[in-house]
Amino acid sequence: MLTHRAGPRAVLLECADAAEVAAWHAELVRRRDAGELAATDLVPAARTVLVDGVDDPVALAETLAAQRVAPVAEIADAGSVELPCVYDGPDLADVADLWGTSVDGVVARHTGTEFRVAFCGFSPGFGYLTGLPPELAVPRRPTPRPRVAAGSVGLAGAYSGVYPSPSPGGWQLIGRTGRVLFDPDASPPALLVPGTRVRFTAMRS
Amino acid sequence: MRALTVLKPGLLTTVQDRGRVGLAYLGVPRSGAADLPALELANRLVGNDESAAGLECTLTGVTLRAEAALTVAVTGAPAPVRVGGRDADVGLPLAVPSGAEVAVGPARTGLRTYLAVGGGVTVPPVLGSRATDTLSGLGPAPLRRGDTLPVGPPYGSPAAVDVPALYELGGAVVLRVHPGPRVDWFTAAAVRTLLAGEYAVSPTSNRVGARLTGPALARAVDAELPSEGVVLGAVQVPADGQPLVFLADHPTTGGYPVIAVVDPADVPRVAQARPGTAVRFTEGVSGWT
Repeated sequence: MLTHRAGPRAVLLECADAAEVAAWHAELVRRRDAGELAATDLVPAARTVLVDGVDDPVALAETLAAQRVAPVAEIADAGSVELPCVYDGPDLADVADLWGTSVDGVVARHTGTEFRVAFCGFSPGFGYLTGLPPELAVPRRPTPRPRVAAGSVGLAGAYSGVYPSPSPGGWQLIGRTGRVLFDPDASPPALLVPGTRVRFTAMRS
Repeated sequence: MRALTVLKPGLLTTVQDRGRVGLAYLGVPRSGAADLPALELANRLVGNDESAAGLECTLTGVTLRAEAALTVAVTGAPAPVRVGGRDADVGLPLAVPSGAEVAVGPARTGLRTYLAVGGGVTVPPVLGSRATDTLSGLGPAPLRRGDTLPVGPPYGSPAAVDVPALYELGGAVVLRVHPGPRVDWFTAAAVRTLLAGEYAVSPTSNRVGARLTGPALARAVDAELPSEGVVLGAVQVPADGQPLVFLADHPTTGGYPVIAVVDPADVPRVAQARPGTAVRFTEGVSGWT
């Protein structure tokens, strides 16, 4: 793990892989909850964890750089969520071609994968789901759609994701779910928080 | 009823407070007043807790009618103020009779003028904040003509005196910067250019970020950066090499490298820089290169 300066109030941890990101994020949340770390935001991403709102980022960086962290499975389990999905997305056939399989093959692979929310970003409650192997990575659409409906299930790179609210978007859309992904009145407001395990199940429309 | 009715909403007037800090891990932007010290000052002037919600006007001001006797204060970008048809001052608590109009005119310098009201604007909070987030759409919509804004019971007496920390706006803005997490992704020449070049605020700037135009910043690393968390004041450099300073409604993560971070104390200055304003960067700490 490397540390980078991110201004006078933050440190950016750069990890070797997504597993180390998950482990450091879970460990830093634990330390904050235990009162061992004062930080306003702990933001995991693809390869990094941003620790924002700290008083002495230089001292924190030195401390963290000297430490190791246990794998995530031994630290935290953020629960599991099942997302019923109608697989009728406009890009389903394109994804089948990219994966060298049939539409049914895409559905079988997507429902057969246990995903994990690696991090959130793009919009409130948008979880980047890992679990697909790198060889199934797909490109974004060449031209983003001006409007993607809430609940749309998509793929980009080796990530899967669900749009919590209508927005422009360039992900390959394979289906849709009726589950509410983001509800400001709920606690937590996002259904998919970092660390959550996610399974999709196929349903008829 | 303690309330304000919107007679003229202006170009963009939003409800703002300290925003939604702490939810970035869910993809929820921080939002809140772009020039937070100005809103906090206005709140102190009317006797509010500094965290109360007020209004943020953009360039053209706002006209309101008080539906009860209220106290207001105007701070931030200086603008002409009239209460009940009479000229009034910025930076002071102003007594507004029931039924009187409060008119904030166009900013003379700077970009964002703040209006606090005794008791605060009490629209329903979303995720602990009443701020309008123009990026995600959380919080109340921008003000429209005819809107009624509820106002809470007064917190206490208006401040007799506050140090009116009304800084001068206008002229060139000099921003102290610290090395960003991806300063190594840029050439040494790009770092020198950042610290020596003159930039101008682009008209495409908004609450998400102040877009700057000027000498392009060349990358030393051409790889694609996986999205990573970004801080308020981050100076992000997209593919065209023109820097962008992230303001209150910035996204929680970004996929372009951050060369520098504007000192938190200077973020309000760039938030107040209207299009065309000259911007320069200076070393906020030693050890830049």
